[in-house]
Amino acid sequence: MSRIITLRDALNEAMSEEMRRDDSVFLMGEEVAQYNGAYKVSKGMLDEFGPERVIDTPIAELGFAGIGVGAAMNGLRPIVEFMTWNFAVLAFDQIVNNAAKTLSQSAGEFSCPIVFRGPSGAAGQLAQQHSQTFESWMANTPGLKVVSIIDPYDSKGLLKSAIRDNDPVCFMESEIMYGLKGEVPEEEYLVPIGLAAVRREGTDVTIVSYNKSTILANKAAEELAKEGISAEVIDLRTIRPLDYQTIVDSVKKTNRLVVVDEAWPFAGVSAEVAYEIQKYAFDYLDAPVTRVNSADTSLPYAPTLVEEYMPNAAKVIKAVKEVSYVK
Amino acid sequence: MPTISTKKKNSNGKASGSAFKKEIYLSWYEEMYRIRKFEERALMLYSKQKIRGFCHVYIGQEAVAAGIKSALRPSDNMVTAYRQHGLALSKGLSSRSCMAELFGKATGCVKGKGGSMHFFSREHNFFGGNGIVGAQIPIGTGIAFAEKYRKTDTVTVTMFGDGAARQGALHESFNMAMTWKLPVLYICENNQYAMGTSVSRTSNVTDLWKLGLSYEMPSEAVDGMDPEKVHAAIEKAAAHIRSGKGPYYLEIKTYRYRGHSVSDPAKYRTKDELEHYKDLDPLEIIEERMLKSKFASKDEIEAMQAKIKEEIDEAVQFAEDSPFPEAHELYEYNYLQEDYPFIKD
Repeated sequence: MSRIITLRDALNEAMSEEMRRDDSVFLMGEEVAQYNGAYKVSKGMLDEFGPERVIDTPIAELGFAGIGVGAAMNGLRPIVEFMTWNFAVLAFDQIVNNAAKTLSQSAGEFSCPIVFRGPSGAAGQLAQQHSQTFESWMANTPGLKVVSIIDPYDSKGLLKSAIRDNDPVCFMESEIMYGLKGEVPEEEYLVPIGLAAVRREGTDVTIVSYNKSTILANKAAEELAKEGISAEVIDLRTIRPLDYQTIVDSVKKTNRLVVVDEAWPFAGVSAEVAYEIQKYAFDYLDAPVTRVNSADTSLPYAPTLVEEYMPNAAKVIKAVKEVSYVK
Repeated sequence: MPTISTKKKNSNGKASGSAFKKEIYLSWYEEMYRIRKFEERALMLYSKQKIRGFCHVYIGQEAVAAGIKSALRPSDNMVTAYRQHGLALSKGLSSRSCMAELFGKATGCVKGKGGSMHFFSREHNFFGGNGIVGAQIPIGTGIAFAEKYRKTDTVTVTMFGDGAARQGALHESFNMAMTWKLPVLYICENNQYAMGTSVSRTSNVTDLWKLGLSYEMPSEAVDGMDPEKVHAAIEKAAAHIRSGKGPYYLEIKTYRYRGHSVSDPAKYRTKDELEHYKDLDPLEIIEERMLKSKFASKDEIEAMQAKIKEEIDEAVQFAEDSPFPEAHELYEYNYLQEDYPFIKD
């Protein structure tokens, strides 16, 4: 049986089910317990699991991320919530220097099965410090896995997989998508880390995206269909390890690729995808790989500037027409 | 000149003597002598380029490791920073596995993956070995969090230096550990220099034990040149922690005889200051007390020394004879996922 539920509730179900299944799983972060979560993702969890397993922290990202790492090294499976990944910057030392490296520098004496989760990306007129995407930052680091997803069904299945994963996982959500609704079964299921999903099949062009950019990709594909251009839309779901095969297979069919990536253009996911495709599908490409990113600037406050900065469906359509040599 | 008020070598003729049992003195001496000889050999081997990378030795600070070991249980946890060879040995890692690690050999305690700054051993509850100043403070707090979560009476010793005491991570950790009453024993090994910068040059607050007071954490200063005093302080702190009352903080005042790392000539301090501490040498103090209390004869001490020297010789030989890791081992222990698809082009 399926129901229609929100992304927020799907994430809540994933954490709650895993906490019922495994006593070593706990949730910590700012406002996760008494306040029910800054975005209500952990609503009701304090009541069910009590203050020993749903833990409000002070505003001390470096400290509580490190406490999570230590707890993971010592046999627990922490879920550390950041109110946004922008605040996780304060904790990068613990994520990058410790969570990612515990297994390597201890040669397997210790591991770090931890999930760091929270929203990534811009969420309206929140200005420079609250609008960044962090997928490529974290995915640059060996030792980490990175999931970035807004689809409620996949979010639930992937978060459950992340909690059960024996490696550290950075899980990226979107604060303006917590209300997004989708069909989610009542029965238990998992979605494996490391596989992309083809959201829409097409023959003329491949559009690769992730997180809330998939909405733009789908919207653009719908518009393009009206003009007779058939776009295949791929949702990466996992950023590290990236599922290159699904993209290569698609490009072999469509011969054209546009990457829609809300991150900045330099050395990000879009650059990585473009590199791999020129390497493994060079002979199949009928046009240079093109990308739609946020502007190579900080994101300002004014609505006109936000509009100019962000990717949108029109920019995606323009890019698709470019690679299709259509005016 | 920062000094410690310990009386110079029992110069008044009164042995502060035999407050502890004979076996404890013997074990302290053995522990400290092993660390001293291990580190002296490490320095020598570094100059011969057998050991590379960074190398921070523990010489001068041995009484801290010895006192912690005798006062705690093997099941208690420890995490520390990069000046860790001595602490790892005191937690029970073998001289050979530690020496082989310094050589970068596959037989090292972490298979040549960590080197001087990253020794680890699950079996010995030694959680490393951290190269980022102060980063181990929240980690130790989290290790203790897991013990409380499981309702054990294990103490987690979280060691850091006077340099790390200036990191924000310390304050965040102290605050949460007190709020949640975590079973963690914070130990600041104050060897008085953060690399080349003295304690008084990094803050208005030079009594580092006072940093705990902002969080109402029980906090004390301890003479770290004397294992008796270290042991007594830790025993008291551990009892407090095991009773469920939460963390405890000790500033243990010690001194490193050598530079920050092998490349540091330590020109920022005077010869007089160094000589002052060498007069307080914990190995000499304990040897004198053992002789005075007739716990060991000169011959017996020499026999103990010979045995340890042989152990270190054997460890060096073992390291020398061991193979380096194979190239393919580069990809091991990055992920527990067995078929992780590394990018290899």
